[in-house]
Amino acid sequence: MKARLTLVLGGLAVAIAQMSCAQDEQMLLPKTVEAGSAFSIQSTGSGKATLYIVGLGQVLKRDVQLGETAFFPAESLISAGHYLVVLAGTSSTQNGSFDVLPTGKPANLSFLAKPSRLPVGLRGGITGAVYVFDDYRNLIAAPAQVSFELSNPTGPVQKRLVMTRNGAAWTVMDSTAQQGIDKFVARVDDVYSTRVVAQVPGDPCGLKMNAQQSGQQVRLVTDPVRDCSGNAIPDGTVVTFTEKYNGVQSTVDEPLKNGIAEVEMSAHTGATFSVASGIVMGNQIRWEK
Amino acid sequence: MNNGRLFAALLGTVTVALVAIGTVWPAPSASAYSGAGSMLRSSSTPEAAVENLGDEIRGQAWEKAYASLANKAQFTEPEFVKDLTGNYPSLLTYTTLDKFEVRPLHASTDEAELELKLHWATVVGLSVSTRDLHVVRNGDRWEPEWPIVRESKVPPQVIPVNYLRWDVIYRGSGDDWGSQDVEAPHVRIVDMHPVDRAEGVVILGELLNEDVVPAYVSVSATLLSKSQSPIATEGSFDKIDHLLLPKQVTPFLIQFHNVALADVGSIRMTPLSALIPASADPVIEIGSEELHPAPGASLTGQLINQSGQIVNVAHVLGTFYDKSGQVIWVADQYVDQALSPQTPVPFEIHIPQDLARSVSSQRTVVATYSFGGSQ
Repeated sequence: MKARLTLVLGGLAVAIAQMSCAQDEQMLLPKTVEAGSAFSIQSTGSGKATLYIVGLGQVLKRDVQLGETAFFPAESLISAGHYLVVLAGTSSTQNGSFDVLPTGKPANLSFLAKPSRLPVGLRGGITGAVYVFDDYRNLIAAPAQVSFELSNPTGPVQKRLVMTRNGAAWTVMDSTAQQGIDKFVARVDDVYSTRVVAQVPGDPCGLKMNAQQSGQQVRLVTDPVRDCSGNAIPDGTVVTFTEKYNGVQSTVDEPLKNGIAEVEMSAHTGATFSVASGIVMGNQIRWEK
Repeated sequence: MNNGRLFAALLGTVTVALVAIGTVWPAPSASAYSGAGSMLRSSSTPEAAVENLGDEIRGQAWEKAYASLANKAQFTEPEFVKDLTGNYPSLLTYTTLDKFEVRPLHASTDEAELELKLHWATVVGLSVSTRDLHVVRNGDRWEPEWPIVRESKVPPQVIPVNYLRWDVIYRGSGDDWGSQDVEAPHVRIVDMHPVDRAEGVVILGELLNEDVVPAYVSVSATLLSKSQSPIATEGSFDKIDHLLLPKQVTPFLIQFHNVALADVGSIRMTPLSALIPASADPVIEIGSEELHPAPGASLTGQLINQSGQIVNVAHVLGTFYDKSGQVIWVADQYVDQALSPQTPVPFEIHIPQDLARSVSSQRTVVATYSFGGSQ
């Protein structure tokens, strides 16, 4: 492949070197070609020549009869961009250029949604960016309307309509108050792409524990731990119990199990028990039994 | 050229001569280590008897060490060895005695008390343990009595464990997730405080896992000069608990040697977090934590493994706060013995003397490692 490309480019260099020769032949080129569509190039004169079409992503070489029309079937050129055309005859060389444009119809979306997991109730916490491509993965620079929809199984749908600029559109959404797996959909015409955004509970809110005697120990049990929107904090979240008594401290980092955390600590009259999770403090209990 | 050859020949001759001398008249220590002899001195004094015992422990000559004890009838040789190296695999299992110190405490004609300080070279640095030995005269010899500490044995039982475990499934090549993958855990530095110490700049702080998934974390810092050019970058290395469960907080300490805080214009902190499979088990209770004032300021306490799994290595990290609640120091200690279920194991973290008076409160966390376990 590389050798062929070198050969073609070498031939092209030779052809360009011949450009100073007499130009008694002419070439009729289209101004633009839609990616993937058929097109033709008309030449004048007589004899044999070689036609080169060179772009950033593609190179075509065709032996042509001068004075005839060279037909290129559909999907001959699929990469959008500016193409250089060189017609190298035996006695002269002509050159020209044309543009291959993306098809107008969106066929693929590149959808970047961030983050895939975030706490509930976060304003502007979710961003979505879309790049619109045609069937041949050419970026469609023409403006197109993109619809962004963020839907929660239980809550209302957030919807934004954004026009693309230079092939891209982006938006910002809020995370809802309800935890769950949200679907984030970007749609252009009948083409869409879906991402999943997990909304997880925020920090614990109103953390509260109760204490009761359990033999020689004190059994400390939290109420079901929830965030400020009422979502249950997931199991495994660490709750820290601390006992302070006469300048001596004991600590247990206990993960939530079935929504609550419980631990047994030494029972000392006058001891103070406190509970916390992350940077959130809960209540304190002074043990007087 | 000729000089070079002459020099090479001279070097070769000297080497052969030294090898021959070393073989024919070996140094006592080399002879002892090769098993050909002993470098032990006569146990004619209490100090010599304990020094001999120390040498035998250093050479892992368990049989000889056990045989030299006056109270060997009270325990077996395997119990003696386990007292020194642990019942379960731990830091001490893979260590050697680097050196020891003997200090007389009390002596009479037939009895003596000596302190034997053992400096173990572990994979995480020196670990020092101290035993007070009673030494008794037996004829013209002195024999130490080993103060055996038997680890309490956990009775055979089944302990049900139903804590959470997190596994991670990353996106596959065929998945329609674009460039998305499972989001890295969200962590936040909740406190950061640079201090100027004699050895350089130290950055202290605390890191919170504010996510609902466990995180592997580390923190690095870059010191920038007043012209905003980088001076140095360092990481927290092991002065941090690398595994954070949801809503767990770890202290961190980053040390920059030979840098003065006056030369620092600003500091760029870079917390790193990555998803990691983890288990909420084992749960370790940190009990009887007590701050001891200077001199010899320290935080002591005990670790109690509340789970059924044996913890082979425990790393205790203490965060020390002043009256206003600001972090003023972070210190740590590796516990050199394994944590058996429900068995208290003591720890002691030393606090710099100059900071001890400012310490008003503390918070302790434990990182645990189990060989072949889930973490």
